Amino acid sequence: MSFDVEAVRRQFPVLSQRPYGKRLAFLDSGATAQKPQAVIDAVSRFYAQDNSNVHRGVYDLAERATAAFEGARKKIARYIGADPREVIFTRGTTEGVNLVAQTYGRAHVGPGDEILLTGMEHHSNIVPWQMLAAEKGAKLVVVPVDDRGEVHLADFERLIGPRTRMVAVTQVSNALGTVNPVKEIVRIAHARGVPVLVDGAQAMPHMKIDVRDLDADFYVFSGHKMFGPTGIGVLHGKAKILEAMPPWQGGGDMILSVSFEGTRFNTIPYRFEAGTPDAAGAVGLGAAVDWLEGLDREGAEAHERDLLAYATGRLQEIPGLRIIGTAPGKVAVISFVLTGVHPHDVGTILDREGVAVRAGHHCAQPLMERFGVPATVRASFALYNTREDVDQLVRGLHRVREMFP
Amino acid sequence: MSELTDLYQEVILDHGRKPRNFRAMADATATAEGLNPLCGDHYHVFLKMDGDRIEDVSFQGNGCAISKASASLMSAALKGKSKADAEDLFQRFHKMVVEGDGSQADGLGKLAVLKGVADFPTRVKCASLAWHAMHSALHGDSQPATTE
Repeated sequence: MSFDVEAVRRQFPVLSQRPYGKRLAFLDSGATAQKPQAVIDAVSRFYAQDNSNVHRGVYDLAERATAAFEGARKKIARYIGADPREVIFTRGTTEGVNLVAQTYGRAHVGPGDEILLTGMEHHSNIVPWQMLAAEKGAKLVVVPVDDRGEVHLADFERLIGPRTRMVAVTQVSNALGTVNPVKEIVRIAHARGVPVLVDGAQAMPHMKIDVRDLDADFYVFSGHKMFGPTGIGVLHGKAKILEAMPPWQGGGDMILSVSFEGTRFNTIPYRFEAGTPDAAGAVGLGAAVDWLEGLDREGAEAHERDLLAYATGRLQEIPGLRIIGTAPGKVAVISFVLTGVHPHDVGTILDREGVAVRAGHHCAQPLMERFGVPATVRASFALYNTREDVDQLVRGLHRVREMFP
Repeated sequence: MSELTDLYQEVILDHGRKPRNFRAMADATATAEGLNPLCGDHYHVFLKMDGDRIEDVSFQGNGCAISKASASLMSAALKGKSKADAEDLFQRFHKMVVEGDGSQADGLGKLAVLKGVADFPTRVKCASLAWHAMHSALHGDSQPATTE
């Protein structure tokens, strides 16, 4: 098995379109990844053949829907090295963080306690903790980010104190591409008896994750960033912790029995899945996992590394371009600014060249402030990108320089 | 299809590079903030009212060439205008840029160069941001203006 990018690209229908008559260079996979035909088909097949509500009916169709939904859970669990009981379906990473903050967090964080984050967190791994801290009279403590866009283990050693109740850290920075040493961070936190939540949203599309090996207490990710559908994601939690956690949303499917006097709650993972779930989304995410498992992942990672090196080199030829985030070993995400041009204007000009990039603060305003820029342009690559996409980006940037010399 | 040069006209590039009235105003009688939460564009608009007349206008902040040029051109257009004239300009500008009514350009003087923005739906909010802030300041709203 070897990695054939052209064969991969043919499986993504969206990539064959021609915006403004130009080839589409989709460099915004950090926002959401495109979907292979196998995922699109799985979702459509579920609605066409297997749709009914899960965990409810006694008829054949209901049984098939439930089997497809639970089959997806098992598949995802196996893929990340977890027990299916530890895989809770959510709407995405944001919902996963909120769930943990509002159940585990509310039960364990009190006045004067601390929640430790890093300076490179996405708003979704800041705001839920900030809301919890405001409610409980706790405070956020922030691990600083250095000029290359890295955090240092010594700072975790220093800042995890007797009042730290949670460490919440991203595995891969969405804005910079930095890969954090989460396994070591977990080890340091656990040595002090502090649990860790890892935001895996940006890691999942770039690398294979083993949650047992990582040993984080909570690992959250989104389906749509790893070639699956939008609206579905996963919260992985260690069974022992999940079993002791109070429920979150109340409703159907999360109960054993209900009377007006009280409710007995269901076992995990169902206790945290109130209401009709996004069954088609779960099936689609299962299909994305199948699709990823059918790839030469090492080959794909090598391909992405090549794209990063090639793009980093070629961007040097643009006058006044500065890359923000230069951590060694980062994934293929390049954030940059151009002197004299606002990223938003760069984005519009690149769009007309068929190049789709993100321009803005990337839901990481504190990080932008750290680097003294209001916004950046971000080219984020996925395994279906090619050197041709990079060339098109560079051509577009020359065009920007013509208009904004 | 409209061309990039319809959007980035020389006047716009010039005002984006060298915005006019780009300063804080210590003796402003009304100020308001304009914030686009999607892209982070962020301006403060300052007004100095002399009764019903806008004696001075200025702005400060961060954003793209379109938002900055629009704020700059707005500040130049509003100086000396009455509250009612400013309201009228705001409505005309809104119709031209947000609703795509090109016929409004005739009554807008220099601001007509922003007509092309209407053909770039993702940039309409850039052009209208400072205008919403100015409108809030004029009406004494304390909440930051957004273009949502």
